[in-house]
Amino acid sequence: MTLTEDTALVRPDATALLPGNDPVRVLGTPAAADLDPEDLLRLYRELVLGRRYNEQATALVKQGRLAVYPSSTGQEACQVAAALALSTQDWLFPTYRDTLSVVLRGVDPVQTLTLLRGDWHTGYDPHATRVAPLCTPLATHLPHAVGLAHAARVAGDDVVAMALVGDGGTSEGDFHEALNFAGVWGAPVVFLVQNNGYAISVPLAKQTAAPTLAHKAVGYGVRGVLVDGNDAPAMLGVLTEAVDRARDGGGPTLVEALTYRVDAHTNADDATRYRSTAEVEAWRERDPLDRLERHLRETGRLDTGTIEEARAAAERMAADLRTRMHVEPAVAPLGLFDHVYAEPTPQLLEQREFLLAELSDDVEGNCPP
Amino acid sequence: MARALNAALRDSMAADRSVHVLGEDVGALGGVFRVTDGLTAEFGEDRCTDTPLAEAGILGSAIGMCLYGARPVVEMQFDAFAHPAFEQLVGHAAKMRNRTRGAVSLPLTVRVPYGGGIGGVEHHSDSSEAYYTHTPGLHVVTPATVDDAYGLLRQAIASDDPVVFLEPKRLYWGKQPFRRTLDVPPIGRAVVRRPGRDAVLITYGPSLEVCLETAEAAEPLGLDVAVLDLRSLVPLDDETICEVVRRTGRAVVVHEATGFGGVGAEIAARITERCFHQLEAPVLRVTGFDIPYPPPKLESHHLPSVDRVLDALARLQWDGRPGGVSLAGA
Repeated sequence: MTLTEDTALVRPDATALLPGNDPVRVLGTPAAADLDPEDLLRLYRELVLGRRYNEQATALVKQGRLAVYPSSTGQEACQVAAALALSTQDWLFPTYRDTLSVVLRGVDPVQTLTLLRGDWHTGYDPHATRVAPLCTPLATHLPHAVGLAHAARVAGDDVVAMALVGDGGTSEGDFHEALNFAGVWGAPVVFLVQNNGYAISVPLAKQTAAPTLAHKAVGYGVRGVLVDGNDAPAMLGVLTEAVDRARDGGGPTLVEALTYRVDAHTNADDATRYRSTAEVEAWRERDPLDRLERHLRETGRLDTGTIEEARAAAERMAADLRTRMHVEPAVAPLGLFDHVYAEPTPQLLEQREFLLAELSDDVEGNCPP
Repeated sequence: MARALNAALRDSMAADRSVHVLGEDVGALGGVFRVTDGLTAEFGEDRCTDTPLAEAGILGSAIGMCLYGARPVVEMQFDAFAHPAFEQLVGHAAKMRNRTRGAVSLPLTVRVPYGGGIGGVEHHSDSSEAYYTHTPGLHVVTPATVDDAYGLLRQAIASDDPVVFLEPKRLYWGKQPFRRTLDVPPIGRAVVRRPGRDAVLITYGPSLEVCLETAEAAEPLGLDVAVLDLRSLVPLDDETICEVVRRTGRAVVVHEATGFGGVGAEIAARITERCFHQLEAPVLRVTGFDIPYPPPKLESHHLPSVDRVLDALARLQWDGRPGGVSLAGA
């Protein structure tokens, strides 16, 4: 017997797990003819809404209503598809840049933006919404998604977890450990890497020597798929297939979506220091909303009424968000001591008393000198 | 103590189907210290699971399992091997309840074998408790007796908050019979293991035995020394600590971990803040030195010993005490 015949030491052939050399595309290919017009119009409406949401949230930073906003402008096809690919009972594990996905999952936009406006960290109930808290450290939420999916599978429940991460996050140890655990456990989880080219300022070439990020899956016995992240129907098709496969016991998939962060990392970032205007313009030419709109126009599926209706719905969402975000959230200082533990420790009760006394002094205007 | 811990795991799993055990070598082997012995055989691989060798992945997965209603008990194989999981513990387990305003509880128990005295090579004898006690959102518990090993672990597993459960390695192989009862004082209460009027040794986990031996050795020297076993470092039982210190007027805190920025420093500060006028002497500490854990051939010089604790007692400014006590040469 040769070493490779010893099946205890060598795993099965990896070929089936490998991503294609070219990203999966639908728009501009013959496959586009087979798309359901209703699905496309739904994608279109969500993309219009998503673009407007990004614009409004960015404006709210300038108005001082948000402390920070990591925009997903240019990545809306990924955001929309991630939300639409899931069923009600499934879970989404977002990062700070994925608030659009969270909103499209049905979470109230104001609750979604609680963290980013400087109010309490998570404004929504993860159990009620089946959306995990926005994760600001990188990739640390991926093992959570795997654990949840694993627990659901062990319980015999039909639940899939979708975990979002960026290209930079794939360098983190937790990314590798999550992929490895998911592979070993056959957990029903889909990892969506939105490769937007930069981890803040560091380009992909300095992040990895892997042929693609989707190739990273193969080392863990996980299927890797490479997809054009600005092709909304391709994104929805690939993610839906991955979710269905996970649901049917086919195990995890790592999807790498090739996309671009058109805006800076956040409002605090200066993207001109690390990338050229020409590069940004080239990506604007591949804008996911424009591409779908062009396809729909060329195939005669987009009339003025639909466009106006989509834009009006987006304006209503934006106006509502604007109005509600202009109301300052109530601040309750004694809430500092809530929810540290199920029951406060004696020490926390003492500190609460201390703050209470301090606040009373303030009210009476008798602060000690 | 390993047998008491094993019984606690078994009884918790039998009582509650949501209790899962996961870690490295916890299945067929029963854990490197045999604490999980027989659990996979009895409850199946889905309930007691050998994981890949990756501590952050283990703890991170356990957090996700909690999100789905499980009550995981994670085994970290050795104290220093728990450090890769630090981010998951400190950044996520500890904060999840707070950042979701109470919507998400993490009923998670992280068992960590800790401490030295077993001749372990490097990275196998650390006492990491201060890292955990410094993190709001974690309970930090450590048994020093077999009854507490059983009872406190059952309580930790039943807790709706993450509990770092520190198991003194040097006590694993003791064969004392234990009571299979939940009727031990709750997490957060310290227990006076030995009453005494003249001074109190405040300690926990692996150092309890040293302190009890010291108190015994001090008796023929005319000193009646109390020993307080904290059991729970977070929450800390300030009430009992202060009550004993006020009664005795003298206190020494004893632990294996390095002293600088350690649990002993916190306790000494709290006593000074709360009991200053009842103190007859400064609160002293007997701890490990501020060095990386030494090799086995040198560890006896590092660990708190009976002699070292007796010396500390002798330094508690006994001059002028009615009846006078001399511990010189003790």
